[in-house]
This record gives sequence, structure tokens and C-alpha cells, in this order.
Amino acid sequence: MQLKRPIIFTIILILGLLWIFLSANRSGASTGGPLLAPQEGFLAPDFTLQTLDGESITLSGLRGQAIVINFWATWCPPCKAEMPAIQEMQDAFREQGLVILAVNATSQDTYTGIAPFIEDYGLTFPILLDSNGEVGSLYQVRSLPTTIFIGRDGIIQKIVIGGPMPRALLQSRIEELLK
Amino acid sequence: MLTILQNFFSPPRHLIFPIIAIWVGLSLSSRYAPKRGVAGNKLENLALISLLAGLLGGRLGYVADYPQAFLASPLSLLSLNTDLFDAWSAFAFGLIGAIIYLQRSQLPFWHTMDALTPAMSVLAIGIAFAHLASGDAFGAPSTLPWVIEQWGTDRHPSQVYETLTALLIFCLLWKQFSQSEQPGMLFLRFLACTSGLRLFLEAFRGDSALIFNGIRIAQVIAWIVLAFSLLGISRLSRSPKSLQDI
Repeated sequence: MQLKRPIIFTIILILGLLWIFLSANRSGASTGGPLLAPQEGFLAPDFTLQTLDGESITLSGLRGQAIVINFWATWCPPCKAEMPAIQEMQDAFREQGLVILAVNATSQDTYTGIAPFIEDYGLTFPILLDSNGEVGSLYQVRSLPTTIFIGRDGIIQKIVIGGPMPRALLQSRIEELLK
Repeated sequence: MLTILQNFFSPPRHLIFPIIAIWVGLSLSSRYAPKRGVAGNKLENLALISLLAGLLGGRLGYVADYPQAFLASPLSLLSLNTDLFDAWSAFAFGLIGAIIYLQRSQLPFWHTMDALTPAMSVLAIGIAFAHLASGDAFGAPSTLPWVIEQWGTDRHPSQVYETLTALLIFCLLWKQFSQSEQPGMLFLRFLACTSGLRLFLEAFRGDSALIFNGIRIAQVIAWIVLAFSLLGISRLSRSPKSLQDI
């Protein structure tokens, strides 16, 4: 048995090496890449929503820019707490190609409360209305706030669930998007 | 059932599985540690110090990567947000903390690694469940009858494979937790089983990091760990002497 053990172990290691080469992914990256999914490493699912002003914004139309999508509602205290920092980031990084889209979960919010909220917080980035909750479902948003960081290539770099996000987290993720 | 699991334990709630696994695993390890000549409370101290060092290191590593962000918001240093964390720094600091404690309390290395093996085995199960709940570590596209639909494509249920193999390893080694044998043997067996199965199952993952010619990095690392552990087992089997303690 003592003599057989090294032989068996050697065979195992040789088989292991063979398996590595046999199972190699020759077609290229096995990661998400061009596949659409609300998951880090995948292409951000496309959507079109209307803003509070009635303008239509399509996500794919913003390809080439760094995008932060923040799902929020007026009744959500952490959402409110992080809005000043988000506005600060918009002001600081707008010139570098940062776009912030605040998607309001209108299907579970009061429409009439949105405009006063925007005015109170002095928000200047687009407020998109997810009136029937479709985009929230598309991105599998299960809690508010949820923030999605999308690179210039359209790939989701980071999903942050919950809040309020520390300012340093927001800034560091945006810096990563703009690299 | 998978949908229920993923809905109820979607991130960040999926972290409950490794947390419970650490608690259960450490309890198990502490129970069997005296048979390895290691005091149960010292094992718990080792785990606590590694954890604290890891948490500190993870935060410091993230700060080092993005200093400007923290200069603008120093209070963020103390944030409880788990995203302000660098995993590799956490691992390095945790390891350093563990080594320092091992040397200061004169815990014999191989005896300690054997004593920690039950905890590592349970933690592997906890991590597998977390992957199942979060959808991480997803499988490669497949047309086999037992595929699961994930991220818009039918895929190998790699998280299920991972869970089953972690459970299998635990069951295989369970009886050896309470047995006394050459120091290092139990840990090396765990390492060999884990790395060997990882080497095999990585081929069915859809999120592998690749190097030249489509070779999966995780398989290369698993092969190296497997080689090291088999060599160790071979040496221990041949010699009645134990591996020299660090």
C-alpha cells in the first residue's frame, strides 16, 4: 500500500492536469459579458422610462457614459439620507461623464410627493418614474435604496443594496466607473 | 425551492449562512480540539483574533485603494457598510493575525490546523449555501436535464454541486474529527478533498477567471494545493514522525 500510494497520487495529479486542459474554455470568457442580467459582470438590462418632466430616457442611449442608477422612494428614510451625497457626486463628476438616474418606485410611492421632495433636496439629476414597477422587477430590486453602478461599456460593476451609502463608498465606486 | 431560497435570502441576507457556519463550525472544533492537544478556548481566541484582524485589514485595504474618498469623508472609516471592504487585504491581515497568535500562545501548527478542520468544513457548507441564495458562483450554460435557469440562461447548478460536495466532504471526514492520528493528516485530507473536487467542478462554472488559452486560474491553484496536500499525506504515511511544527 505504501508503494502504491505515491503511484496513485501521481496518477491523480496527471489526471488533474489533463482535466484542466480538457475543460479549458477556448471560446473565450465564460463570464456574463454580453449577456443581459441584473448582476455584476453582466450587461445592464435596457429600459426606457419617463422623467417627471415627461422626457423619455433609454439606458442604452447613455452607453459610453458612467451611470449610477439609484432606486428610491419618498417614504424611504435611507433613500432620503443619501440623496445629498448623490447630488454632491453629480455636481463633482458631471463634467467627467457621470450620469445619475434616480428611479422612483412610483408603483409603491405617492406621485404627488415626488416634486416637493425634489425641490426640498435640490436634486438636479433626472428623476425617472417606474410607474408599474417593471424596471424594479427587471433589476430584481427587493429593498430600497438599491444602487447600481454601470461602466461606460454598459457592464454592471457593482450593486449596493440598502443604505444610506457612506459618502466614501459612493465616491470610490464612481471613481472606479470613471477610470 | 430555489426561488424561495433566493427571494428570502437575497443579498445581503445570504451572509447569514457563513455567519451561522462559523459559529457552528467553531463550536464543533472546540469540542474536538482537546483530542488534538489544543485547548478549545485558545482555538476560539485564534478565530476571534483572525476575524478582527481581517475586518481591520479589509477596511484599511479599501481605504488604501481610494484615499481621496476617505479624505473627503473621514467618518466613512467607521462605517458599518460591508461594501467598504477589500477581501484580499482582509485575508492577508487575518492570516498575519493568526500567525502572530499561534506563535505567541505556542500553539503547535499542525495540531491547530487539524483542530480547525471541522470549522473549515462547516464553513465550506455555509459558503455554498450563500452562493445558492445569492446566485453568485453561477454555472456555465448547459442543456443537461438538471439545469437551472439563472441570469436568463439554462446553466449547470454549480452552487448545488458545491453544496453537495461540501456536505460529502464533511460526512467523509466526520468520524475522523474525534480520532487521534498524526498531526496534520486530517487537515491535509480535507485540503486534498476540497482542492480535488474544486479542480473538477470549476469546469462547470460560468464565472471562472481565465488565463492563456482559456485555462481557469482556480483550477491551477486547486491543482497546486492538491499536489501539496497529497505530498504531505504521502510523507506522513511513510514516516511515523509528525510533520515538523512551525
